[in-house]
Amino acid sequence: MPGISREEVAHLAKLARLELKDEELDHFAGQLDDIIGAVAAVSDVADEDVPPTSHPLPLTNVMRPDEVRPSLTPEQALSGAPAQEQQRFKVPQILGEE
Amino acid sequence: MTDLTKLTAAQTAEKIASGDVTAVEVTEAHLARIEAVDEKVHAFLHVDREGALAQARAVDAQRERGEKLGPLAGVPLALKDIFTTEGVPTTVGSKILQGWIPPYDATVTRKLKEAGVVILGKTNMDEFAMGSSTENSAFGPTGNPWDLTRIPGGSGGGSAAALAAFEAPLAIGTDTGGSIRQPAAVTGTVGVKPTYGGVSRYGMVAFSSSLDQGGPCARTVLDAALLHSVIAGHDELDSTSIAQPVPDVVAAARNGDVAGLRVGVVQEFRGEGYQDGVIQRFDESVELLRELGAEIVELSCPSFAKGLAAYYLIAPSECSSNLARFDAMRYGLRTGDDGSHSAEEVTALTREAGFGDEVKRRIMLGTYALSSGYYDAYYGSAQKVRTLITRDFEKAFEQVDVVVSPTTPTTAFPIGERVDDPMAMYLADVCTLPSNLAGNAAMSLPCGLAPEDGLPVGLQIVAPAMADDRLYRVGAAVEAAFQARWGHPLLEEAPSL
Amino acid sequence: MTVTELVSYDEALASYDPVMGLEVHVELGTRTKMFCGCSTALGADANSQVCPTCLGLPGALPVVNKSGVESAIRIGLALHCEIAEWCRFARKNYFYPDMPKNFQTSQYDEPIAFDGYLDVQLEDGEVFRVEIERAHMEEDTGKSTHVGGATGRIHGASHSLLDYNRAGIPLIEIVTKPIVGAGERAPEVAKAYVAELRELIKALGVSEARMEMGQMRCDVNLSLRPKGREAFGTRSETKNVNSLRSVERAARFEIQRHAAVLSSGGSIVQETRHFHEEDGSTTSGRVKEEAEDYRYFPEPDLVPVAPSREWVEELRGTLPELPRVRRNRLREEWGITEHEMQSVLNAGAVDLIVATVDAGAPADQARKWWMGELARRANEDGVELPALSITPEQVARVCALVAEGSLNDKLARQTIEGVLAGEGTPDEVVDKRGLKVVSDEGALGTAVDEAIAGNPDVAEKIRGGKVAAAGALVGAVMKATRGQADAARVKEMIMEKLGVEG
Ligand SMILES: [Mg+2]
Ligand SMILES: [Zn+2]
Repeated sequence: MPGISREEVAHLAKLARLELKDEELDHFAGQLDDIIGAVAAVSDVADEDVPPTSHPLPLTNVMRPDEVRPSLTPEQALSGAPAQEQQRFKVPQILGEE
Repeated sequence: MTDLTKLTAAQTAEKIASGDVTAVEVTEAHLARIEAVDEKVHAFLHVDREGALAQARAVDAQRERGEKLGPLAGVPLALKDIFTTEGVPTTVGSKILQGWIPPYDATVTRKLKEAGVVILGKTNMDEFAMGSSTENSAFGPTGNPWDLTRIPGGSGGGSAAALAAFEAPLAIGTDTGGSIRQPAAVTGTVGVKPTYGGVSRYGMVAFSSSLDQGGPCARTVLDAALLHSVIAGHDELDSTSIAQPVPDVVAAARNGDVAGLRVGVVQEFRGEGYQDGVIQRFDESVELLRELGAEIVELSCPSFAKGLAAYYLIAPSECSSNLARFDAMRYGLRTGDDGSHSAEEVTALTREAGFGDEVKRRIMLGTYALSSGYYDAYYGSAQKVRTLITRDFEKAFEQVDVVVSPTTPTTAFPIGERVDDPMAMYLADVCTLPSNLAGNAAMSLPCGLAPEDGLPVGLQIVAPAMADDRLYRVGAAVEAAFQARWGHPLLEEAPSL
Repeated sequence: MTVTELVSYDEALASYDPVMGLEVHVELGTRTKMFCGCSTALGADANSQVCPTCLGLPGALPVVNKSGVESAIRIGLALHCEIAEWCRFARKNYFYPDMPKNFQTSQYDEPIAFDGYLDVQLEDGEVFRVEIERAHMEEDTGKSTHVGGATGRIHGASHSLLDYNRAGIPLIEIVTKPIVGAGERAPEVAKAYVAELRELIKALGVSEARMEMGQMRCDVNLSLRPKGREAFGTRSETKNVNSLRSVERAARFEIQRHAAVLSSGGSIVQETRHFHEEDGSTTSGRVKEEAEDYRYFPEPDLVPVAPSREWVEELRGTLPELPRVRRNRLREEWGITEHEMQSVLNAGAVDLIVATVDAGAPADQARKWWMGELARRANEDGVELPALSITPEQVARVCALVAEGSLNDKLARQTIEGVLAGEGTPDEVVDKRGLKVVSDEGALGTAVDEAIAGNPDVAEKIRGGKVAAAGALVGAVMKATRGQADAARVKEMIMEKLGVEG
């Protein structure tokens, strides 16, 4: 199983929205490499014909009726907002695609 | 006058119900104890003095009106800071949520309030429940009341320490890979991870959704059972909640008995990395079970060897997604919003500033395991291992009623010892996490002190899913036999702080 | 905006064969959101229809809306799809401020419905079969308002404001298999497919599917391959093409643009493109330099959906007559041509005419009013036909008044005008405006007598056999009664009074 490079860690950090500092990149690259080396043990079973288990419960079809339940008030909804304006969550500029 | 903080929850509830003491007196005694010792222990992140007293007064008023009180009415409790509490800060041990006041109660919180339980405050924990030592809390570590320079276990170290320091007779923890049981083991207390789906996860901040399970922490098996029956049960707000009656754990705890029971000992839970004193106390426990009439069966569960690896892929994978919502847009910390950064940059700067190292490591590990090209080899394979572990348990439970093992390979280690060695830290959960992967029920209870360091050792009991009552039946029998042997509860040997 | 030298459409089709893929998102009309009990009602105050779940608050969990699953299965069945016996939700992970959890709860490799088709009819009656790859369940995002830039554009905005009322509203995403073999008719097929799908969704009653309201949104994926070649070319993905006409225009534009790039030796980059209503062009959006990595995995907070076959059959029993079949039946009943039926469909008048007929009007009359006067008014006002403030029952009442002779054509038009102006029911309008045909024989007789007396020379001509001259007298009577007389009856009376055989 391949190890993990500093560049890969930088890519992961970008995907995960973590603005890592340079020294963190080095630090994490080493640690993640160790961890990945250890957890790679699972790949022994990659080719085995074993069904995957994504969940420990055998439940299916848990659904609720289409009935309205009380929502939060806008004040409650916005109570934790770092910034707000016009009863909306105010966020920094979103880099667009246009 | 009796020291109200030394009573069990069952005794306290009885005294309140009979009018011997008031809930307010009990609450004040515990608030005073917290005042006296928590500076040293640091079990609490937030003490809700007013809320606790208000709830205590309500219980007293109920009693005065002659209303029937619930079995834990007026009993103080320490709530892990991972459950939302309306109007009371909830941080999950993270800077990213510092100052957040949830607008809603978790189902567990609601059930506790409805039962008249007095929530003293919110307890310290590893950030987002990621860790086995509570050192990953953004708000500083918690000390183990047995030795304040040592870890109280994690992630629910605050809850376990609060019990061991007599700051509360009851606590709530959450267990994703052992975060209730391992702290219980290293603090000489009792902790139970109920069957997955037994306790609602609604309002419990998610770490790894398919593994997380809230559960009771206490100083006695009966107290744990009483708390278990208050918080368990179906919840329509949690799709993964079991819609079946909760096993009668209280009756089981009152009728401890292992005669004729088949008890499995899994070979894989010993060997390298296990402290001598831990193995010694565990072997004595098995001997005790035999003396009490249990039939001991040696078992092998070969796939458990890959449990740790599977766990450290599945839990990070799910957490990488669960923690994506902490993006500085709707609640919590926001860093770098100075007009020069875009939303994307502010999210990345905030997560960098707001998450600790362990959280970042796991998010990146999970992001890696789920990314295209690696998914099959890592996440996919881990899911297969999960199937194999579940099958191993199924095979075991065809032969035995419960499985026992040490809860954790070592006693409490010194604060700071493993902080920069993630793999060493992860080994603390090697005996507990197979139950999270399989979703069954497990308990840890004290089985003595390790001779070499005088620190508590935990015995783990594992039962099949929905057979939580077996834990309590076995646990109560073992507890009674050990206490008869020791002449007192183990915690009496802890330093008085 | 880069200007692309397009090649002509015919030229493009001479060398290339277009391959299309259409992805349509439909917002379901359930009362509550897909995973929580918040209302989906439109027009509410910002952030007043949100809860811990759809706001992505820490600790909150989703629970599936049964009605959302039912709608998905019914859509799947109407599209002749197989319905999964067991399927799961998955998390599609990517960060965007309008998505509270920063993952969309969707379905990935286990859609609830798959392998179906929809037959669509082109204007000339030709039927084209569009194969359906899958239909799956997911949730909508919140709405952002961009502040500080030019007219609400994201570009150049200083900040954005988010309202999460829409976040979590159920969506069904319907994806076609690659549409091949449509040739030059590809844009037409695209439009007809979306139109037919919209009719189907409306007939199922699962959504109003109003594209202008964003209840139905279409992405057009298009690639070209040189004629005779098997392998598909690189595709572009034109996002959010939100009207039928735009679907056709976007496909047409992309065919011409791809052909221009390819025939000049260039190659198409896989990218998302934005469609511009103003000129029908598309411009480059985000280039997918690396395939997006959504890190899908099974949603651990939800359990699998395993619709029993009994349930599926029960739902199959609730399917309405398919729109195309129904239209063909109605076309025959109404005795109109394919082309006329197409106009009725395009005008969105099928259901209105049916309802008017159901309320007792003859089909030709119902069609006449809806496709004539009312279509004209809707067009003038820039609204859809159903938005006019007149009901099919009221139109039927007007038809009845005409049939019984109480109204003539002109008065009927005035009556409709009154109803549209909010003056009341047709009968109330007739009453208030005094529009009834003057049928009082006495009053009419007096008016006729006055007209004869006032025009003795004309009367003489008629008596002399010049029957055609009667028109002048009829005109005079109509003028005197302000148009409220039945012209035929007036002529009859003139003839009688002058003793002439009509
Ligand atoms: Mg989609
Ligand atoms: Zn909601």
